[in-house]
Amino acid sequence: MSLLSILDRDRTIAKPGFSRWMVPPAALCVHLCIGQAYAFSVFNLPMTKLIGLTKSAPGDWNLAELGWIFSLGIVFLGVSAAVFGRWVEEGGPRRAMFAAALCFSGGFLISAFGVWVHQLWLIYIGYGVIGGCGLGIGYISPVSTLIKWFPDRPGMATGMAIMGFGGGAMIAAPLSVWLMHMFATSTHVGVMETFVVLGLIYAFFMFVGAAIVRVPAPGWKPEGYVAPAQPKKLISTRDVFVYQALKTPQFWLIWWVLCLNVTAGIGVLGQASAMSQEMFPGRVTPIAASGFVGLLSIFNMGGRFCWASVSDFIGRKNTYFVFFVLGIVLYSLVPYFGGHGFLPLFVLCFLIIISMYGGGFATVPAYLKDMFGTRYVGAIHGMLLTAWSAAGIFGPVLVNYIRQYQVAHGVPKADAYNITMYIMAVLLVVGFICNFLVRAVDDRHHMALETLDEAVGVA
Amino acid sequence: MASDNDGDGTTSVQLAIAWAFVGIPLLWGVYNTLSNALKLFTG
Repeated sequence: MSLLSILDRDRTIAKPGFSRWMVPPAALCVHLCIGQAYAFSVFNLPMTKLIGLTKSAPGDWNLAELGWIFSLGIVFLGVSAAVFGRWVEEGGPRRAMFAAALCFSGGFLISAFGVWVHQLWLIYIGYGVIGGCGLGIGYISPVSTLIKWFPDRPGMATGMAIMGFGGGAMIAAPLSVWLMHMFATSTHVGVMETFVVLGLIYAFFMFVGAAIVRVPAPGWKPEGYVAPAQPKKLISTRDVFVYQALKTPQFWLIWWVLCLNVTAGIGVLGQASAMSQEMFPGRVTPIAASGFVGLLSIFNMGGRFCWASVSDFIGRKNTYFVFFVLGIVLYSLVPYFGGHGFLPLFVLCFLIIISMYGGGFATVPAYLKDMFGTRYVGAIHGMLLTAWSAAGIFGPVLVNYIRQYQVAHGVPKADAYNITMYIMAVLLVVGFICNFLVRAVDDRHHMALETLDEAVGVA
Repeated sequence: MASDNDGDGTTSVQLAIAWAFVGIPLLWGVYNTLSNALKLFTG
């Protein structure tokens, strides 16, 4: 028996007595690590001074070049989640978490080498491509396992893991700054050593997650859990094959639901600091703005757990209805609050908006499970994450370019975001319509039982 | 079918350790972010 056989799905089947509450920490071990991606920007400035040390010198990299590292990482997150989704689903969570750990920590080590020899392309390949694959595989690896362990609370379960992705940056940012400070000397800025240490720490955490994760035995149900005798209209009791899901209108409607919800949030998240200072000149200082960004991160993380848990009670479709209706109201109110100088109400609006941004990410796996069953939900979720990549382009472009256009045409900076807010509200109206059009998946898309057995190699 | 989960079951100590393993770093991160967020009201 090869050493790698311990990664097999069969070796992870839980014995009687295993507590399902061990699985969320296993998932968090991975998501808290890969959530570091949102904090990568803390390396940008130090990496512009690798040669000059105190200021950029000839031969140092510039911010535009360094910005590609994060962009590549997010692109490869989406690509790898879509490409490796089926492999993740069929190989089991331990193999996927192990692979994610190798890719993500390996990406850091290659990047450290890239810093050492001062070759930016090595960092693009290391963190961007290989690390990005670790992000994608790691992101989807625990999703279907959690849904199978928590058939009674699938939203809460996946919300817990995806909350970890939101929280990872909160750990990574101060940790990275502290490590760079520790390793900095008069001759270098400490980025290389920090990459090495982070790579090793993340490998350890993710390996622990891979070690403790388990899948439930076939037919396992939580004690006292009885599946509803009358299944709800929008909750499928049968599975849809991963590639068949792409042929359903439901997949593409939910793709747009996620894309529009994320577009509305991501533009704000990226511009929150500048926006708050420009809309409240003299009242919001740069330091206060950084506090505002911190609050947004906390609500982004908390929203993932809270909204996904709420969706277990009110249903996924209704949860997205809340996101869209509340979002439309709040985005429409922001210009009014900004114009009248109501700072606390302005802050409150964005805290709620950003909680729904996080909630959209965390609720969508359970929405997919309701539509397409549990068998391939991780792989289908992987494909859906391309909506995130698309939103990552739409959101910031909308906010930045419309603001730039407004300012160039003489609109005061304090009012330059108003049109953007109304456009975001219109996008959310479109999202509302897409969500409204979601119906139960037609029977012809469901897998027959014998097809399911063939697909997973079960005799 | 072999499984490496050959114990009698999960103990509450194992559960506590697993949750502390992820909970402590997460709480540290939230604490740091909250400390920074206070600047919104004081800065």
